[in-house]
Amino acid sequence: MNPFFLLGGLGRAVLALFATFGRVGLFAFHAVSHIFRPPYYPREFAVALMNIGWLSLPVVGLTAIFTGGALALQIYAGGARFNAEAVVPQIVAIGMVRELGPVLVGLMIAARVTSSIAAEIATMKVTEQIDALVTLSTHPMKYLTAPRVLAALITVPLLVGIGDIIGIAGGYVVATQNLGFNPATYLLNTVNFLETRDIVSSLVKGAAFGVIAAVMGCYYGMNSGRGAQGVGRATKSSVESAAIMILAANFILTGVFFSL
Amino acid sequence: MIRMENVEKAFGSNQVLQGMNLEIAKGTSMVIIGGSGTGKSVALKCILGLIKPDSGMIYVDGKDASTGDRDAFLARFGMLFQGGALFDSLPVWQNVAFRLLRGPMKQPADYAREIAIDKLRRVGLRSNVADLYPSELSGGMQKRVGLARAIAAEPEIIFFDEPTTGLDPIMSGVINDLIREIVTEMGATAMTITHDMSSVRAIADNVAMLHDGVIQWTGPVSQMDSSGDPYLEQFISGSAEGPIEAVR
Repeated sequence: MNPFFLLGGLGRAVLALFATFGRVGLFAFHAVSHIFRPPYYPREFAVALMNIGWLSLPVVGLTAIFTGGALALQIYAGGARFNAEAVVPQIVAIGMVRELGPVLVGLMIAARVTSSIAAEIATMKVTEQIDALVTLSTHPMKYLTAPRVLAALITVPLLVGIGDIIGIAGGYVVATQNLGFNPATYLLNTVNFLETRDIVSSLVKGAAFGVIAAVMGCYYGMNSGRGAQGVGRATKSSVESAAIMILAANFILTGVFFSL
Repeated sequence: MIRMENVEKAFGSNQVLQGMNLEIAKGTSMVIIGGSGTGKSVALKCILGLIKPDSGMIYVDGKDASTGDRDAFLARFGMLFQGGALFDSLPVWQNVAFRLLRGPMKQPADYAREIAIDKLRRVGLRSNVADLYPSELSGGMQKRVGLARAIAAEPEIIFFDEPTTGLDPIMSGVINDLIREIVTEMGATAMTITHDMSSVRAIADNVAMLHDGVIQWTGPVSQMDSSGDPYLEQFISGSAEGPIEAVR
């Protein structure tokens, strides 16, 4: 095979990747800028708050409680190898608040919210509803994107906070019911070990992941191809991209908060 | 009122509009006909600014359509989309009164609802349809709701994109008659895209035939059958024989 053919293909892929980064970056900038510029659409914002925040609570709660419980079991079993079983409350707390809470909530939001936003907006695009919005003097970025991004910015940190608490509660239940920990001591160790920086980092990650999830859903929805296949591809790409960007942002934010 | 001068638009290697020229006088009804994929919808979307032409100029009332206050420009237009393009998440009355519930033309909700119900009656729908959702309506009813939405803010210019596609002949006739009545009653300038020759005869004052990205023939509907233009004659007769290739 001609090596230049492979090189050319690689070059095109890299250029396409950078072009996509550029387009997504510009889209995100416009989406955020429209949050601050009238007209505002309070009804659409309220619906987005309900869909992204309230209706995500069950999936976030269930994810967090099982993760917290499993984490407690793992730390106990792992800690037993070097007589460190007592660190369960501290490691569950730090693990949930710093990493697992924000990341798992972010990924669940990507699965539930990003896919839903992308599919809804892509369907609107292929059925000309986006064009109809424009002819009705309504800017799609203001009507569709800004309310969803703002709602995600507000609700996902709250979901992360709730997920952190439920995850710690899951660990607490497992530790006190199955592993013989004293309830009061467990709670005291948890509270004493957590620092303000842990909680702030968790909430900041939540806000960043919320914006990523909403922006990716809106971007792929607005740029969807035609027909059912276009909607399907937009939905799939939005979830993949949001999940990867959430994990990358998590790595960067962890570095910013804890490596300095 | 609307003038297109040498408008060109390509999508990749597909040159859809290749220097389209068209003029629509104020208060008249222009119907654009042509085969599928000849760029009729693209032309319409270029006027509205939904698609940016590669070159050429579009004027509305002598002013360049690509400049000036976009909201004020769009406020002059109403549009009926091919599939209705109703917003699934809103009940029928909020679809019809969409423009009256937000933005610069915002009215109190009760008043906007009254107007919506009035417009629904105008297109032959009962007031109990107002609280249904678009998914609960038949195709013909959706077209009527789309028509009610297009006229709700009493626009000066109304575009109809294939208003009878997918409807049975009786419902097509009803929609055609409604469009003609409404355009005459409102004194609006209308531009319709269709393949349906019965629509052309019912709606048009003037007809333009778009083929190969240019207007092949334009003139009053009364002269359409005696135009002598081979493209137009083939299109009217629906024959596979003629200058328009059947396989495209």
